[in-house]
Order: sequence, then C-alpha cells, then structure tokens
Amino acid sequence: MALRMWASSTANALKISCVSRPLISRCFSTVLDGLKYASSHEWVKHEGSVATVGITDHAQDHLGEVVFVDLPEPGGSVAQGSSFGAVESVKATSDVNSPISGEIVEVNTKLTEAPGLVNSSPYEEGWMIKIKPKNPSELDSLFGAKEYTKFCEEEDAAH
Amino acid sequence: MRGSLWQLGQSITRRLASGDKKAVAHRYFATEAELKKTALYDFHVANGGKMVPFAGWSMPIQYKDSIMDSTLNCRENGSLFDVSHMCGLSLKGKDAIPFLEKLVIADVAGLAPGTGTLTVFTNEKGGAIDDSVITKVKDDHIYLVVNAGCRDKDLAHIEAHMKAFKAKGGDVSWHIHDERSLLALQGPLAAPVLQHLTKEDLSKLYFGEFCMLDIHGSHCFLTRTGYTGEDGFEISVPSEKALDLAKAILEKSEGKIRLTGLGARDSLRLEAGLCLYGNDMEQHTTPIEAGLTWAVGKRRRAEGGFLGAEVILKQIQEGPPIRRVGFFSTGPPPRSHSEIQDEQGNNIGEVTSGGFSPCLKKNIAMGYVKSGLHKAGTNVKIVIRGKPNEGVVTKMPFVPTKYYKPS
Repeated sequence: MALRMWASSTANALKISCVSRPLISRCFSTVLDGLKYASSHEWVKHEGSVATVGITDHAQDHLGEVVFVDLPEPGGSVAQGSSFGAVESVKATSDVNSPISGEIVEVNTKLTEAPGLVNSSPYEEGWMIKIKPKNPSELDSLFGAKEYTKFCEEEDAAH
Repeated sequence: MRGSLWQLGQSITRRLASGDKKAVAHRYFATEAELKKTALYDFHVANGGKMVPFAGWSMPIQYKDSIMDSTLNCRENGSLFDVSHMCGLSLKGKDAIPFLEKLVIADVAGLAPGTGTLTVFTNEKGGAIDDSVITKVKDDHIYLVVNAGCRDKDLAHIEAHMKAFKAKGGDVSWHIHDERSLLALQGPLAAPVLQHLTKEDLSKLYFGEFCMLDIHGSHCFLTRTGYTGEDGFEISVPSEKALDLAKAILEKSEGKIRLTGLGARDSLRLEAGLCLYGNDMEQHTTPIEAGLTWAVGKRRRAEGGFLGAEVILKQIQEGPPIRRVGFFSTGPPPRSHSEIQDEQGNNIGEVTSGGFSPCLKKNIAMGYVKSGLHKAGTNVKIVIRGKPNEGVVTKMPFVPTKYYKPS
C-alpha cells in the first residue's frame, strides 16, 4: 500500500520530506497466521481457486480513520505489485497494490457505505477484492506471518 | 499556521517513497539534525507527538488522538497547539505604520490601538507574498506573526524595504521575537481555562483584540484570534516559561483541552474556510481572487499606496478572473491539484485544499474557479484519479465560526 501523500505545494516548495519518528515502536498490530503479506502492507488469503486481498492491521493503524475506499470494477485484471485501488484517510491518500496477479472476481461493495470496516476489521469485513490467481507461485515471494511481523518491527524501529 | 501537509508520519510512506533503506536512513538523519526544535519539543515527544519536518522545524502532526478525534475535541472542548515555528515580529518607530502600509493591504492607521486584522503582504503584481495577522499595539508599535514557511522571504522583503525607507529618513526598526514561543489555545474552553491563569478580565477582550498581560506569572502578548474558526487566543510567552504555561493550561482544563497537532489544525482551518498560504494562496494569487477583498481597507481602496495596488484596485472594480470558492463533493475526498470541471467536462479550475471534514462527515474542499462559475449552488465535477465526481460550489465557512464578538 503505497502511501501517496498529498503534500501541498508549500510542502514541495519547502522540500518537506515524508519523515517522522514514532518514538514508541508500535508492536501491537495483529498479524494473522496462514495469510501471506506484501512489503507494501497488503495481505492475501488463498483458499481454493480464489484469493482475498486487503490491507493489514499495521497499515490501517498507521493510516488512521479510513473515510473512503476506491475499488475497481469486477472483471478487470491486476498485476502483482501494481495498484488496484486507493484508501483515503482524513489526510492521506494511499494506493493499494495487489500482492498477486490475476482476474478480479469480486469487490467488497460494503466498503462504499462503510469504509471504516478497513479499520475495525482489516482481515475480515474490511477485505477489498477477490482475485482468481493467474500464477499461484507468486504467493511464494510474499512474507509469512512471522516474517511480516519482523518486517514491521524493523520498519518502525528504523524510523 | 499555514504551512502544510499531511505526512502522518508513516514508516510505510517513507519506505515506499524511497526504496533503498540505507539511503533513507542517511537522508533522514541528515534532515533530522538540521531541524529546529521549539521549547516544547521534549514535551511533545513525551506526550506521544508524531514529529514531522515542517518548514524547517520538527513539529507534531498529531499525538495519540487521531486527527478525527482531535478535530472534534477542539470544537467540543478545546485544543492547545504549539505554533512557535511561526515568526513573531515587532515593528517600532513613529513611522512604523506608514512603512507597513506600503507592504500590506490593511488600513493599519485606521486600526484602534490594541486591535488587529488579517492582512496580506503583496508583491508588485498584486500577488500574495504571505498572509499575516497584524496588531496595532500602539501608534509606534505593530506586532505581527508571519508563516514559518515564509519567514526568510518575508524578513528579506521587509528588510529591503525598511532599508530604503530609513534611507529616506523614515523612523522604523524591527525586533524578531525569537525569545518567545507561541501557543494557540482554541475552542469553547479556551477563555474559561485561560481566565484561571490571569487577573485580566478576558470577557472584555474581543475577537481581533490584543493586550499585554501577566499570564501564569509571565509577561505575555495575547491576541484573541486563531486558525480554527473557534473562539480562542494566540499567546506569545517567553520561551523559558512556555512549558510551564502549556502544562498549566492542560491541567486547568482537567484534561478536556488536548494537545493538538498540525494535522487537526489543517482540518479545522479548512472547515473554517481559512486559507493556507502555499496551498490556497500563492505568489501569483491576489487577495481579491482569494476572497479577501474585505481585508483591503476602505481608505486603501481610495488611496492605494501598497505594492501591486494598481492590479488589486482594478480587480476590485472589474472583478477578478478567478475566485476562491468552497465545495462539497461525493466520492473520494478532493485533494490539492484535483481538476475542477463544469458539467460539460470543461476545465474551470483546480482544488487547492480538500479533505474529509471530521465535523460534517463529508468531503469539503476549496479551490479556484473562473468567475461566473463561482456562485453557491453551481454544480461542478471534481476529477480524482481520472474519474469525475459530483461537486457543488458552497459558501464558506463550512462549519460556522464562533468568534467572540460584542453582542
């Protein structure tokens, strides 16, 4: 989930960079076993012929209240690592990338009316799209739960 | 404030923005070391402030409360902001007023002592160099606060003109209040809480008024003003006493007034329909286009005598080509630079600030459209990620302001 910050022209003019340092590392986010994770903070759950995709608890926690979710139409295709939608919080717009390639078979239309589900239930009711994977071996390139937890800790600690 | 940005301090952002972790770390520390810190820096960090670089300063974008909660709490109870990054300045001398009047659109001479106004520093083309709240302390003393992000260019501009003015025998000098910190106390509890800390009767200090007084044992400059649309104050306090004062305010409010960061400050000012310099007003924007015609004093309209007066007075007469307006919209929240189209899909302007209003629970934005399409109720399209969304021109402020004025 590439956070595309809408830095203002002032910010640009002043060369304000996207830097901050939460001093207290946030290690309280939930990471579920059995899912695969992308370094851009999306999760994917592969069951049978369909893979469900959403953003992680860690991602929603950093974003704050989600006020709008921009999702694609079913039927289109997505490529691994490319953006399929966007999440808007009060102040930031973030692209959401697909962890795997495939055809979009379903989108979570509930998020149109209730974008806050992404915050309250990131792994369940806040799912975003379902994909028919084109190449299931892509899943092997993603993090497991333990690796992702470590990745988040390192990322927070580094900043 | 005025300055800007919504870098909510996400590690995610940084990582993705750059790729090479080592390079990020290197750049990060280099930047961090150069950032200026206010007297309250340690206090912010101790209170969970997410510190971000802002106009050369390390400032809290938010604390533990979310931006949504902080925004709502300001309107319900109150907020305390550290805005010490902004630059307080005193102009002194018997010619301080005629000097300043060459640079701003306000009728400074016409201000009663102890009152102030929002004004704009203009350039030769009538564009805005900065916006600023100026106060006439007395006839030979003007106190003003300029944006942190504009400090260097503003000071250079003022200094250059001051040199020329003094060379002709004018009596004016300045003092930059770097020995002071600036706190903004905003919201319905601002006055009752501050009243606990001073003997002066704050019920007699109305919106836009200024006084020097003792607050919690320190000599402070107090302006009844702010950047949220709420009643409130900006308190200039000697820096060595700033922490004491901040703690006393929070304590007297029994936890209801909360430390509030720049993120909520931006939501609040947007809801109040106030310009953020650098977004909603820039070098090429005139105060007339920005909807600040009211800030051009009556006498100034007749006499001119400020930089860019020809352009500005002509625009007052004939109307500006573009105008700043507000919008409600559906779909994703509009952001700075979102394109605005008419119903037929023709480009008519651009959004300069926008977001989701925590108080109204819907999208609000401001931006510039061609004159003629600026009337409230005009339907527009706002293009976000290539898709047009319904929008309608709306009067500002979006949330009613609650300034303390004589009834």
